[in-house]
This record gives sequence, structure tokens and C-alpha cells, in this order.
Amino acid sequence: MNLVAPESLVFWTTIIFVALLFLLKKVAWKPILGAVKEREDSINEALKSAENARKEMQNLNADNLRILKEARIERDAMLKEAREMKESIITEAKGEAQAQATKVIEQAKSAIESEKHAAIAEIKNQVAELSLKIAEKVMRSELSDKNKQIKLVEDMLQEVKL
Amino acid sequence: MVSTIKPIKIFFSAIIMLFSFVQFSNAQELGAENNGDVHHSNQEEKEFNASELINEHIGDSHDFHIADWKGHAISMPLPVILWSKNGIITFMSSKFHHDNTGEVVVEKNGEKFVKIHEQIYQINEGENAVILDNENIPTNASRPLDFSITKNVFSMLMSAIILILLFSAVARSYKKNKNAPKGIAGFLEPLVTFVRDDIAIPNIGEKKYARYMPYLLTVFFFVWINNLIGLVPFFPGSSNLTGNIVFTGVLAFITFIITTLSGNKNYWSHILMPPVPKALYPIMIPVEIIGMLTKPFALMIRLFANITAGHIIILSLVSLIFIFKTVAIAPVSAMFVLFMSVLELLVAALQAYIFTLLSALFIGQAVAEDHH
Amino acid sequence: MVLAGIGAGLAVIGAGIGIGKIGGSAMDAIARQPEAAAKIQTAMIIAAALIEGVALFAVVVALIAK
Repeated sequence: MNLVAPESLVFWTTIIFVALLFLLKKVAWKPILGAVKEREDSINEALKSAENARKEMQNLNADNLRILKEARIERDAMLKEAREMKESIITEAKGEAQAQATKVIEQAKSAIESEKHAAIAEIKNQVAELSLKIAEKVMRSELSDKNKQIKLVEDMLQEVKL
Repeated sequence: MVSTIKPIKIFFSAIIMLFSFVQFSNAQELGAENNGDVHHSNQEEKEFNASELINEHIGDSHDFHIADWKGHAISMPLPVILWSKNGIITFMSSKFHHDNTGEVVVEKNGEKFVKIHEQIYQINEGENAVILDNENIPTNASRPLDFSITKNVFSMLMSAIILILLFSAVARSYKKNKNAPKGIAGFLEPLVTFVRDDIAIPNIGEKKYARYMPYLLTVFFFVWINNLIGLVPFFPGSSNLTGNIVFTGVLAFITFIITTLSGNKNYWSHILMPPVPKALYPIMIPVEIIGMLTKPFALMIRLFANITAGHIIILSLVSLIFIFKTVAIAPVSAMFVLFMSVLELLVAALQAYIFTLLSALFIGQAVAEDHH
Repeated sequence: MVLAGIGAGLAVIGAGIGIGKIGGSAMDAIARQPEAAAKIQTAMIIAAALIEGVALFAVVVALIAK
């Protein structure tokens, strides 16, 4: 091959290549590599934050589950307590009611008893009074007729019925 | 975004338009080249000379040959810049009227120039015509320093402009679009990150690679685009720039300078104080220094030979049609040319990759820290 | 001219054998360790490029010497 004017090619290649190198470095490589780097960084950051968010989400989920579990346990405990309380209240109420009822019955009984005693006492008093009155009347008729007196007493007694 | 892409689109559509008609002109060129040679050299040989054609194509020239039309060469004139004894002289290469035999004498500022086999000579003072000896070497003329914009320089300038337009468009698209790259940026960004992640970082190291990125990227895309331009078989392309040993030599030399300048203590101690007995130093140090020099030398030869070989093979296959003087061979030839062209597309990228990879490797060796 | 061609051919034979061996070994290595394919490929290309460089020296010398 014939080398036409090698000095020309040496000269122009050197000049053009060096000029191209500096021009492209300024115009292209710096902005392009910068933009690529920037985007890579932002993608990495986005991935990292997504990973973080995922982890947080997981933590949150775990937390939620834990809280739910705790709440359930608490609820169960509360229900149990409530049930126990209900039972105890019911039994207590029952006992009290029983006691009250017995008491009332007792009172009623004693009242009835006392009324009965009082009534009997009154009857006794009245009987006594009546007896006195009868005796008085008998006494008076006695004074007139003996038979009549007896008859009167019998009548009187018949009249009075207990 | 649209406005930045537009000039590129126009450029590419212009290329595609050129492609549609230059297939024809390319065939014309090959056919007519023979005629043209005969026409100009006034020789009787009608024989098709494949090796002359190939040599012409892989070499450089002072005007950009586009096609031949009815025996006349159509070419783009390029400026001739000469540094003679009396200073800088410039004129357009069309003044030689496609003459390559030294018959046409161009006179400028009282100095006379002729062009013989694409080489420009200055005729000695007081004489009017060039006298050639038996080997076509002028006896009464000398070569001035020639800084002409030759075909190769022209296509190099063109590739530099394309690269700047392309990548400044990419860089601008990033300012507007902070999301995933689109369009041209989407195509070129993976290549840029490929150079960074698969060439620079593994060979130079995470810490030091950033300094060398501009060089590696520039050399990768510069070599690649010039390989591709060389594969375009018609006017704005077809120059054999990356298959020119001077061009590859300059690039390899730049790699050598960068390697040498960034060599650290460890690198130099390996060359000047290799870990061998002192008695072997007289042998080892020259060997190490030769090793240092052969690396860029191999870089130069590899790119030059690969690309030139590709051009030679494709041109030889096309030449078969004219050697056998039959159309019957044309389909076979065309199939092989298509196959080779596709292979050369791969080679164009691969050689750019290898050039960049080896540059990165050498730089990496120069900046490597001692890990013995 | 013929001798130059023979020289170039001999160089190509050597390079062909060398690159073939590299390619074969790389395939073996990739089959054995598919996860290291990228690294093996890079090493393979570097080694092939170095051999090819030597072969191209020979071809260029043969072409110049013609």
C-alpha cells in the first residue's frame, strides 16, 4: 500500500483526535456519565427505600398481629371476668333474695303469730267481758227465777260461739 | 427532544438516499476504474488489474473519488496544503485534473507541483517538467511537507462531527428527560455503560477508572464509527481510515503516552528492577522495555491489518466479476460480498472493542497497585 | 508473490490452531461454569486478540516482503 502524505495524517489525526477527546469530554461524556450515575444512584436509593418500606411493612404487620393477638387475649379475659362477675352477681342476688324472702316470711309468720296472739287475747278479753255480762244477766234473772236463770245461761252460752 | 434529534434524522436519511443510488455508482466505479486508468495512462493494457484497484482503494488520495461517468472520473476536490521552502501553499486538488503521472504541473507562487501516484512532488527550481526514472520515481523533484486534507482526513473530520452531533444530542436529551433513556440515548447509553462496566472497571479498577473514561469512550466510538464509515461502499464512506497504519499508529501512540504517563512506582519498578537476580538485568531490562513498546505496536498492527484485510477481501470478491469478465459470477460474488460485509460489521465493532479493551488493560497494568 | 502467499497461509494455520484451542477451552470452561461466562469470554477475546496480533504480524511481513 502506498502511504500518501503520512505527515498529513499524523498531523490531522493527532489534532482531530485530541480536539474530539476534549470536546466530547466536555459536551458528552461528563453529562452522560453524570446522568447515568445519577440515575443509577436514584434507582439504588429507590430500591433501598422500597426494601426499607417492605421491612417496615413487615414489622408493622407483625406488630398488628401481635396487637391483635393481645387484644383477643384481653377480650377473652374480659369476657371470662364478665361471665364470672355475672355468675357471682347472680348467685349473690339469689342468696340475698333468698335471705330476704326468708326474712319476710319469718316476719310475716311472726306478725301472724303476734296477730293471732293478740286476736286470741282480745277474744279472751271479750269472752271474759261477755262472761261477765252473762254472769251479770244471769245474776239478775237468778234473782227472779232459778230455772230461768239456768235457761238463760245456756242460751247465752249457745249464743256465744267461738 | 424532537429538535435535537432532527439534524441526525436528516443526516441518516441523506445517507440512506445516497445508498439507494450509489450501489449503482459503485459498480460503475469499479468497471470504469479500469477504463479511467487506461484513459489517463495512455497505455495499451486493457487487462483488469485487481491488485492495482485494491491498492488504490485501501490507500489514501488527494481527492475523493465518487464515481466514473463515461470515462470521466467524478470526484470531490479536497484542499491541498503544502509546506514548501517558501511557506504554506494551498490550492484545490482539482487543479491536477485527476492526473497521477506527473504530466499536469500546477504552478502557484512561482513553485511547480506534480502528482505522481497520489504523492505530491515539488519540481526543482528552473525546471518545467518532471523527469521519472525507471521505477516512476522523480529525479528532479522533492516532496514538500504535505498537510493536505486527504480523503482519510476528510472522512475523519466527518466522523468527528457525527460523533459530536450524536453525543451532544444524547447529553442534551438527559437534561430534559430524567427517566429511562429514549430514542438515540436509549441506543447509545448501553454502549457507554458497556465501556464503563465491561472494559474500564474490570481492567483499571473501581478507584482509578474514572480518569480514563473519556479517552476510552472516545477511542471506542471513534474507531468504531470510522470502521463503519469504511464499510459504506460509496461516497461519504468507503475510505480506509482505520485500515491506514498511520492512523492506527497515532492512536496506539496516544495509548502508549497515556500508559507511560500514568505508570506508577510499581509499574516502573517492574520494568527497571524486575524481580530477578541482578546478573540477569542486562537481559531483562531491554526485554521489559521492548515489551513496553510492542504492546502499542501490536495495537497498531492489529487494527490496521484487520480492517485492511476486510477491505481487500470484499474488493477481491467484487473484482472476481471483472477478472472473469462474466455476469454469471456476479450473484456468487454478491452473496460472498454480502456475507463478508455482515462479518465486517461484526469485526468493526469487535476491533473497536479490542482496541479499547487492550488500551484499558495496558493502562490498568500501569496503574495497578502491588499485590505480591 | 507465491512465497508470500505461502508464508501468510502458514501464519494463518498457526493462528487458526491457536484461536481454535482458545475457543474450545473457553467453551469447556463456560459449560463447566456457566456463571463465569462473562469473565471467560473477556479472557478468551484478549487471548485470541493477542494470538491474532502475532499472526497479523506474519501476514503483514509476508505482504510487505512480496
